[in-house]
Amino acid sequence: MTEREGKSQGGWQLNCPVSLRDYAECVTLAHGEGGRLSRKLIQDRILKILQPVASQSLDDSTRLPHSGQPLAMTTDSFVVTPLFFPGGDIGSLAIYGTVNDLAVSGARPRWLTLSLIIEEGLPLAVLERILESVARAAGETAVQVVAGDTKVVPRGAVDGLFINTAGVGELLEPVPPGPAQLQAGDELIVSGPLGQHGMAVMAVREELGIEPLPQSDSGSLYPAVEQLRLTLGTRIRCLRDATRGGVAAVLHEWAEVCGKTLSIEERTLPVTPEVRGISELLGLDPLHIANEGTMLLAVEQGVAAEAVAQLQMIPGMERASRIGVVRERGVAPVTVQRTLGAEQPLADPLGSPLPRIC
Amino acid sequence: MKYLDEYRDPAAAQRLLAEIRKTATRRWTLMEVCGGQTHSLLRHGIAAELEGTVELIHGPGCPVCVTSQVDIDFACELAQREDMILASFGDMLRVPGSERSLLDVRTAGGQVQVVYSPLDAVRLAQKNPQRQIVFFAVGFETTAPATALAVRQAERDGVQNFSLLVSHVRVQPAMESLVKTPDHRVQAFLAAGHVCTVMGYESYESFVERYQLPVVVTGFEPLDLLEGILACVRQLEQGQARLENCYARAVQAAGNRAARDLVQEIYQINDRTWRGFGVISRGGLELRPEWSHFDARLRFEKSELPVLENDACRSYDVMTGQLKPTDCPEFGKRCSPDSPLGAPMVSSEGACAAYYRYAMPVDHTT
Repeated sequence: MTEREGKSQGGWQLNCPVSLRDYAECVTLAHGEGGRLSRKLIQDRILKILQPVASQSLDDSTRLPHSGQPLAMTTDSFVVTPLFFPGGDIGSLAIYGTVNDLAVSGARPRWLTLSLIIEEGLPLAVLERILESVARAAGETAVQVVAGDTKVVPRGAVDGLFINTAGVGELLEPVPPGPAQLQAGDELIVSGPLGQHGMAVMAVREELGIEPLPQSDSGSLYPAVEQLRLTLGTRIRCLRDATRGGVAAVLHEWAEVCGKTLSIEERTLPVTPEVRGISELLGLDPLHIANEGTMLLAVEQGVAAEAVAQLQMIPGMERASRIGVVRERGVAPVTVQRTLGAEQPLADPLGSPLPRIC
Repeated sequence: MKYLDEYRDPAAAQRLLAEIRKTATRRWTLMEVCGGQTHSLLRHGIAAELEGTVELIHGPGCPVCVTSQVDIDFACELAQREDMILASFGDMLRVPGSERSLLDVRTAGGQVQVVYSPLDAVRLAQKNPQRQIVFFAVGFETTAPATALAVRQAERDGVQNFSLLVSHVRVQPAMESLVKTPDHRVQAFLAAGHVCTVMGYESYESFVERYQLPVVVTGFEPLDLLEGILACVRQLEQGQARLENCYARAVQAAGNRAARDLVQEIYQINDRTWRGFGVISRGGLELRPEWSHFDARLRFEKSELPVLENDACRSYDVMTGQLKPTDCPEFGKRCSPDSPLGAPMVSSEGACAAYYRYAMPVDHTT
């Protein structure tokens, strides 16, 4: 059963979908020693699964075609625990995370590298399941895996599997000018509900026993960015996927770059009942919780309604919402207008959020 | 969440604010006892809305803030021992002891595990039979039943490698100690709704009688708080001192009988050192002798390290309503959540942290 089928039937498998009792083989340190076993692992397992989306060359490097477009490059590492969570897994997350970094920079994602750092003892069946997810996500986002690496480290050195990627994309005109160009009056938009990914991972990792579980928003932002580029063009100021630190971290970063005050309204923030419930329970703010397929964007004054309408037509972004406005710098870099009317500074996240006692 | 939204309705809040302003003929000083209420009052802008009508001062109601440095130091020490895991609620991790916090200890290689319930700590013990698991049991009467349940579960399952570092505190003795100080400024109390959910409010009858101060049991949502404030103001204007329950949807007079019985079964009342306050008579809970085999203080020897009190932090003045956090000379200068001088700034429920987070900063650039 695929994850999507599982989802549609209303029940998530919280643990690894592969029964650990049934697996016959695990990754061993010998798989990482570069000999016959390493070659077998790469050829029979990894390349076989990634075949539709990967370069099959085992050369030391891969030649990339040059289209004449300027290129954008990014790198990221993925260390999520657990490896499988409601709404995704580390494999698809690695692809979407890399693709999204390129997309919000105004680039069409084209190529990426995939380095696997595997803990000795990881069942091969689990690895295969994750690679299948990599292949699916890469196919969906039309990126090619052009180079890779596999390392096996002793038990305890990593938590199951870490993935490192580098991504290259072609910059498409018009490239959003970036937060330095933010002007007073510009409008701020989020593309979907806040804090979904962070809460989904926390709820299963910490076995919070929440029903229904929050679902990660892990997914590709490229279709949305492409749609906005085609319809709004130069009227987009900047885009950013709101990952670690959540929307609050992006707002603070932009405010620092542009020297303006970014002011949002609490009543307009899209939050699902599940995320809101856990946030209330643990004393956390969804604005500080990580997202993986939700972005913050700033557009020229008067453009927000059109941008929100465009986003709301994209699956998963039905709750896109205008959340605030850019102003000349006041006393705080980022402010939030609370539901009862008070305007307050919004805290810049300090480390990871810690749940409160009562 | 609809249930909560009803208590956050802006129009109803404005009506209550207007009613409070209309009722008050002079400025009254109320103390909200619980740190959760402090945060809610500031987050929703209620304290600012009532400026000039009601002064809200912040009580000792953050259990993390008042946990003694001796206990935090011992927790840090335990976390560094081989074959041991110190389990704690998340907001205890950043609070500094004499020199270090549990987060510092974890960074240096100590075993500190965040748990979301005391039963998680029992499960941690069952999963790690070769290690000793010590649960840092912090909190008011609100969390005491859950840790009591963990003790009973560990006993039932024969879990030998689980124990508690009990730092539970009792809220009413702290209120008593406060109103016994001659210069206290409290004219009425908003009693902590969560604590009353467990303990009820019967015991406040004699408190009100003895000290002739209104006590109003109050919840945490904006409308709960505004109703509690209005009830206090009405009593004060009429020269009355009564016990009222404005949190009837959650609190019964006798509290939660099962939870109270559980607390009674596992704990006994003791005198306890509160950070910033000193020893408060009957201000804490400890395990009863029949459960002392779960007492980490008895199970593990503690090294006698000197406690280095940080005298730059005026936490006592803040937690007794003598000093508004923003009037502290260190607030936002040497003391911030990044580098806190004391627990009220570092704890998520602390009054200083609430002001730091929600009060609009003063613009120093103009």
